Amino acid sequence: MNIVVCVKYVPDATADRSFDASDNTVDREGVDGLLSELDEYAVEQALQVAEENDGEVTVVTVGPADAADAVRKALQMGADAGVHVEDDTIAGSDAVATSLVLAKAIEKLEHDLVFFGMSSTDGLMGVVPTMVAERLGLPAVTFASEVTVDGSTVTVRRDGDTATETITASAPAVVSVTDQSGEPRYPSFKGIMAAKKKPVEDLTLDDLGIEASQVGLDAAWTKVLSFAERPPRTAGEIVTDEGDGGVKLAEFLASKKFV
Amino acid sequence: MSEILVLVDHVDGSVRKTTAELLTIARRLGTPSAVFIGSGADAAQAALAQYGAETVYVLDAPELSEFLVAPKAEALAQLVADKQPGAVLISSSAEGKEIAGRLAIKTESGVITDAVDVVAEGDGVKTTQSVFAGGFTVDATVTHGTPIVAVKPNSATPEEASGAATLEPVSVTVSDAAKGAKITDSKPREATGRPELTEAAIVVSGGRGTGGDFSQVEAFADSLGAAVGASRAAVDSGWYPHSFQVGQTGKTVSPQLYVANGISGAIQHRAGMQTSKTIVAVNKDPEAPIFELVDFGVVGDLKEVLPQATDEVTKRKG
Ligand SMILES: Cc1cc2nc3c(=O)[nH]c(=O)nc-3n(C[C@H](O)[C@H](O)[C@H](O)COP(=O)(O)OP(=O)(O)OC[C@H]3O[C@@H](n4cnc5c(N)ncnc54)[C@H](O)[C@@H]3O)c2cc1C
Ligand SMILES: Cc1cc2nc3c(=O)[nH]c(=O)nc-3n(C[C@H](O)[C@H](O)[C@H](O)COP(=O)(O)OP(=O)(O)OC[C@H]3O[C@@H](n4cnc5c(N)ncnc54)[C@H](O)[C@@H]3O)c2cc1C
Repeated sequence: MNIVVCVKYVPDATADRSFDASDNTVDREGVDGLLSELDEYAVEQALQVAEENDGEVTVVTVGPADAADAVRKALQMGADAGVHVEDDTIAGSDAVATSLVLAKAIEKLEHDLVFFGMSSTDGLMGVVPTMVAERLGLPAVTFASEVTVDGSTVTVRRDGDTATETITASAPAVVSVTDQSGEPRYPSFKGIMAAKKKPVEDLTLDDLGIEASQVGLDAAWTKVLSFAERPPRTAGEIVTDEGDGGVKLAEFLASKKFV
Repeated sequence: MSEILVLVDHVDGSVRKTTAELLTIARRLGTPSAVFIGSGADAAQAALAQYGAETVYVLDAPELSEFLVAPKAEALAQLVADKQPGAVLISSSAEGKEIAGRLAIKTESGVITDAVDVVAEGDGVKTTQSVFAGGFTVDATVTHGTPIVAVKPNSATPEEASGAATLEPVSVTVSDAAKGAKITDSKPREATGRPELTEAAIVVSGGRGTGGDFSQVEAFADSLGAAVGASRAAVDSGWYPHSFQVGQTGKTVSPQLYVANGISGAIQHRAGMQTSKTIVAVNKDPEAPIFELVDFGVVGDLKEVLPQATDEVTKRKG
């Protein structure tokens, strides 16, 4: 079974993330990046499915030179091979263009199952998996908190807003997983050493047959007009409980008309 | 004025509050039409009229609910091609975003998710998003195709208006390709008797500091008529169901009042509650980062503070 996992390289959420004022895009220079934590769950599920079904796992990332780190981390966790699509013209792409590049890259690979994280930790859109599925003409089973694969049937549990659903699809299919799907493994020392020898293919837009005019900031179908840092919340009143903390809390709520 | 399509969020015809919010926003942009997918449109009609829907397109076929979102996106794409609306508004739930994503590809349109405001701008729309855990606000627009905007719950106060809400059945064809992901079982969530988390005016939540006992958090919530939320630490420990998780990978809430109890205030938790109007915290650690956000904070043990606060609130309510 051939399994592809899409992983994104993102700015660290615990650092001071910001925008580049010259073009209103995310500042990816000033902040350290890493493999999106939510994509580690996708790598984990892919590895588990591969272990049980004699599969091969290939990770795909679209991003700048540093995004190779995201591929490496996934290889250290146990993935077999990597694909890194890097091209300066891709910078500033919106979700629609990103999904085009990913779909073209996946088309070049054997793929029975294509795993995604539920959303990136920077853009947080949660739309790329279904966009890629739409482009590839594949069914998508998304926001899975549990994944099982039996032959060519993939079954997931999805804890939705109003119901818990069981959903099935036949491979080839797209699967996105949540952070409820099971803790991702840490790379072992052996895994870290082994990753150095694993193949990583670097691809450009030319290799994928994509025109420069189809991607990047100028080709985006959405445009950021402006951004503003939200003024920090002004610190409010803090009291220490001396046996009357609950009463003081209720008094505050009453003063704000919540009681 | 151009027609604005609003995808109705409903459970068997019972319309969710987010739809009233979307219709309110749609009225600022043009003439709102509701798109009702599934059965129960008759039951929904009055609620849709109340918030100004002029037309209700009814798309009802068994395939639309039996399979995952692909058929809904396909049906919606047919309607968009036919009506050429000024924009499509969808609620920013997991399912809503997926429909938006597929619709964007099918109709060759730009998509914006998690908008907290949408206004008319030129012959298009301007959206506002709150990003990076609420640290920035971003104004954006769609420059290609039909603007598809997924709007967060609580982004507008529903305003009543009388619309005709004329039911107009629309026949749609669902391709075999869209029938790839089948829903084989569905267990409705058990009702808690409390308000829906994302719709509630007040949310009282508990974290690792509860030590696993949510009874004081629940009692305080009930004294205020609030919904109960939880941090991921509490959910991961199995103390509270995942559907109540607030934060980046849980629900985003934006209530009038948010009370965090025994929650440290990690960036991923903040991402789900930072835009609440008033924030209150109870935490025994005066250095807890949550205190940087609060309008009012109590440094103390929630096991003592919450029961006393519950009694005091109950007494004041008489
Ligand atoms: C704060 C912010 C707001 C934004 N708002 C919008 C908007 O409203 N509309 C818009 O069109 N664009 C928007 N963008 C741009 C958008 O985030 C990027 O275009 C991105 O490539 C796709 O969206 P996402 O990261 O949110 O993906 P999601 O849909 O959240 O990603 C889901 C999964 O897709 C996979 N994936 C996503 N990107 C890649 C990649 N580059 N390489 C490999 N796998 C990947 C991962 O598995 C990931 O877990 C925004 C960006 C930011 C930072
Ligand atoms: C990719 C990713 C996504 C995530 N998504 C989410 C998310 O959606 N939601 C979320 O919440 N987290 C999320 N997290 C986890 C987040 O980083 C924190 O680990 C989590 O929010 C911590 O929960 P907590 O505040 O309850 O626990 P802790 O950080 O352990 O804090 C417990 C607090 O309780 C206080 N306390 C202890 N005992 C008492 C007492 N008796 N009375 C009063 N106070 C007491 C302590 O002083 C402490 O401040 C995510 C993390 C990652 C990496």
